[in-house]
Amino acid sequence: MLGKLTWAAIPFDQPIPLIAGAVVLVGILAVLAWIVIAGYLPSLWREWITSVDHKRIGVMYTLLAMVMLLRGFSDAIMMRIQQAIAFHSQGYLPPEHYNQIFSAHGTIMIFFVAMPFVIGLMNLVVPLQLGVRDVAFPTLNSVGFWLTATGALLVNVSLVVGEFARTGWLPYPPLSELTYSPGVGVDYYLWSLEISGVGTLVAGINLVTTVLKLRTKGLTYLRMPIFCWTTLASNLLIITAFPILTATLAMLILDRYFGFHFFTNEAGGNVMMFMNLIWAWGHPEVYILVLPAFGIYSEVVATFSGKPLFGYRSMVIATMAICIISFMVWLHHFFTMGAGPNVNAIFGIASMIIAVPTGVKIYNWLFTMYGGRVRFATPMLWSIGFMVTFIIGGLTGVLVAVPPADFLLHNSLFLVAHFHNVIIGGVLFGAFAGYAYWFPKAFGFRLVEGWGKAAFWCWLFGFYLSFMPLYAVGILGMTRRMQHYDVAEWRPWLLVAGFGAVVVLAGIVCQIMQLVVSIRDREELRDLTGDPWDGRSLEWSTASPPPVFNFAVLPDVEGEDAYWTIKSRAREQGLLRGEPDYRDIEMPRNSATGFVCAFFATVMGFALIWHIWWMVIVGGVGAFATFVAFAWRDHDEYVIPAAEVARMDRANREARLTALKLAGSSS
Amino acid sequence: MTDATLSYGHGDPYQLHGGRPHEGPASKRIVTGYGFWIFLLSDIVMFSCFFAAYAVLLGQTAGGPRGAELFDLRSVALETAFLLISSFICGLAMIAADLRNALWFQIGMAVTCLFGLGFLALEFREFSELVGRGAGPTRSAFLSAFFTLVGCHGAHVSAGVLWLLTMMAQVFAKGFRADIMRRLLCFALFWHVLDIIWVAIFSVVYLLGSAA
Repeated sequence: MLGKLTWAAIPFDQPIPLIAGAVVLVGILAVLAWIVIAGYLPSLWREWITSVDHKRIGVMYTLLAMVMLLRGFSDAIMMRIQQAIAFHSQGYLPPEHYNQIFSAHGTIMIFFVAMPFVIGLMNLVVPLQLGVRDVAFPTLNSVGFWLTATGALLVNVSLVVGEFARTGWLPYPPLSELTYSPGVGVDYYLWSLEISGVGTLVAGINLVTTVLKLRTKGLTYLRMPIFCWTTLASNLLIITAFPILTATLAMLILDRYFGFHFFTNEAGGNVMMFMNLIWAWGHPEVYILVLPAFGIYSEVVATFSGKPLFGYRSMVIATMAICIISFMVWLHHFFTMGAGPNVNAIFGIASMIIAVPTGVKIYNWLFTMYGGRVRFATPMLWSIGFMVTFIIGGLTGVLVAVPPADFLLHNSLFLVAHFHNVIIGGVLFGAFAGYAYWFPKAFGFRLVEGWGKAAFWCWLFGFYLSFMPLYAVGILGMTRRMQHYDVAEWRPWLLVAGFGAVVVLAGIVCQIMQLVVSIRDREELRDLTGDPWDGRSLEWSTASPPPVFNFAVLPDVEGEDAYWTIKSRAREQGLLRGEPDYRDIEMPRNSATGFVCAFFATVMGFALIWHIWWMVIVGGVGAFATFVAFAWRDHDEYVIPAAEVARMDRANREARLTALKLAGSSS
Repeated sequence: MTDATLSYGHGDPYQLHGGRPHEGPASKRIVTGYGFWIFLLSDIVMFSCFFAAYAVLLGQTAGGPRGAELFDLRSVALETAFLLISSFICGLAMIAADLRNALWFQIGMAVTCLFGLGFLALEFREFSELVGRGAGPTRSAFLSAFFTLVGCHGAHVSAGVLWLLTMMAQVFAKGFRADIMRRLLCFALFWHVLDIIWVAIFSVVYLLGSAA
């Protein structure tokens, strides 16, 4: 009846996951109870859960990422504490639990923090920058988000029902095969990523179509803000790389569930094929994450330097070059597996070549700042912190791209330090910069600067304290994923790294405080102009938060830095353009399809993990029925009358005019 | 607004549309078709992984049968014919839909469906015969890759049949509404792409496999 699921699946003998799970469960129930009692449930359902508005979906993606960041970080600090004390001892985490923690940490941080963070920001901003009303497929956008949330949910369910994979964040066979991992841990990994992978693919198709087919009048490709270009590149990588992940994990599923022989040791299976396939996805994935972050830095640096971006077209070329070369370097993840000197040399050189366009970008940002009047607001601090940190990470990357050096450093903590150096310093700092930069656009009030700057400095120092020692112990020969060790020289470095994790924790506390204080003082932080940073692209031309239709009339673009052009002209003439001709606007109606579909996907995923076959059928039929019900709707749009559009837009114009006059009188 | 419209397009070196100005967002039909093409391309990437796995594992028969000992080319030729005919009929059904002729549309889709089911029946017969002869997917890595590649295409055809029946019901209940026409466009693209993939499977798996 319930497949492999019995009471033994709940780890009553392990206090840490049980207590952590209970605390989270109580927390969730408390929040739900508060929502229901305070009467927020109907509006939560109408305005958020069933929303197909790209801005709200973007906010929900980002929120998911930030909640999951807390989970992923608690794994991280547990590992740091374990390695700080497990010298000549077993520490406090038994090996099988420690192995689950490092696997869950990597999986959560990549798939459920970094991915939803960048996808959330792209969702929120790109249609606004393109001057249009929504993404290409609004309902599918909602489906994509909720499927991602399903994956995150399944990973977290594994904390208290069963176990998670002990194989690392990429389940290398033969360890991940049924023979060596008979439990449900790897199955949790596989099904949560298959389901959230569908969500990511949907988001990728959506954003590529949006950038290529939905741009406002006059917005030619070479007038798009760089963030739109990096969104295009990143999502092109999603639609070409994520199917590889789906196929590879499907092969492992077939091995585990039906006794196929893709990656087994017997009957001709080929373990090396898994490494090749998974990294053919995995290396582009790195650029899927970091390219949008590069786009954010480009927007932030130009805005806070008060100058157009230096070398716009070289930036576009560099972005697209990275997009292509990222598919030609995957083998550098396993130089040591013996592909031969010639193959290794080619992939080593390709890995060094990809550093060139990245270097071009760094110089472009530096030259943008050069001669500008730089304002050191929080988003700019993250950007400058990124430039310094990312260069160090990039240089150590070029170092391990040299095959002989890689043979010494492979799978050591040097490698762990390198990829945290680029992912924290590149992706996460970028996400935080974008969060601070676009928060006022999404909510209509700014984040308070003091706590934000404190968070930045804690993160920056915490990062260096945590990961610079890991470079050192890596060179001293410490391999990754060690539950305990007996080498005295490593100890002091690991103690410093543990202290660094505590400093990062302080940074996270500052970020939570920043959010709490900002919401409390939101009236003082209110952004009435819609353009709090003196921005350059179209998202700043509409109100904060934007109306549901984004733009009362789709803007006309006449050059690069579309909004800067409009604003400069208004400043010169001291007045706005004449009032446009308002028309009725058709907007897509909200739909529960995404949420209901994800509910059935959760049921189906859970049933597949535990081999509850009747429940698999229920989930599958339910998901199909949901789509048919959606397809049967008669009215999928509603109309906002021209008078209402005019009323909302006049308020925005009023605020702009006041801001313009204030700016005029002060200069 | 008017001055912007007049000045627009002059002295701008950054246009990629052969100098023509960009006219703004595309129509819903174009956006839908375009997005679906991108999905199909990503689906082709997924198939290419299974093709790659098949190529890698081709020789790994673990002492079991090779392709030449297993494949019945006559049955496969029949499968190919069924699939190509169903695609042709599907094209006729789309013409009927463009002419808003519900009767011929339904007849065309029904015939498409029958040929699709015929293809699936032949494939099912082939698979069950192989399993019966002890040449199932667990026998060797080569057979795992074969069953996965061909079976994945079969799963797509099955999903396509389900979609086809849903579209027939929808046209019957709602008529040729604009959004339903867009879905028919996507369905037709999907059905034809399954042919393209089948042609690759036919050549790479069956023809090359029988020759070896």
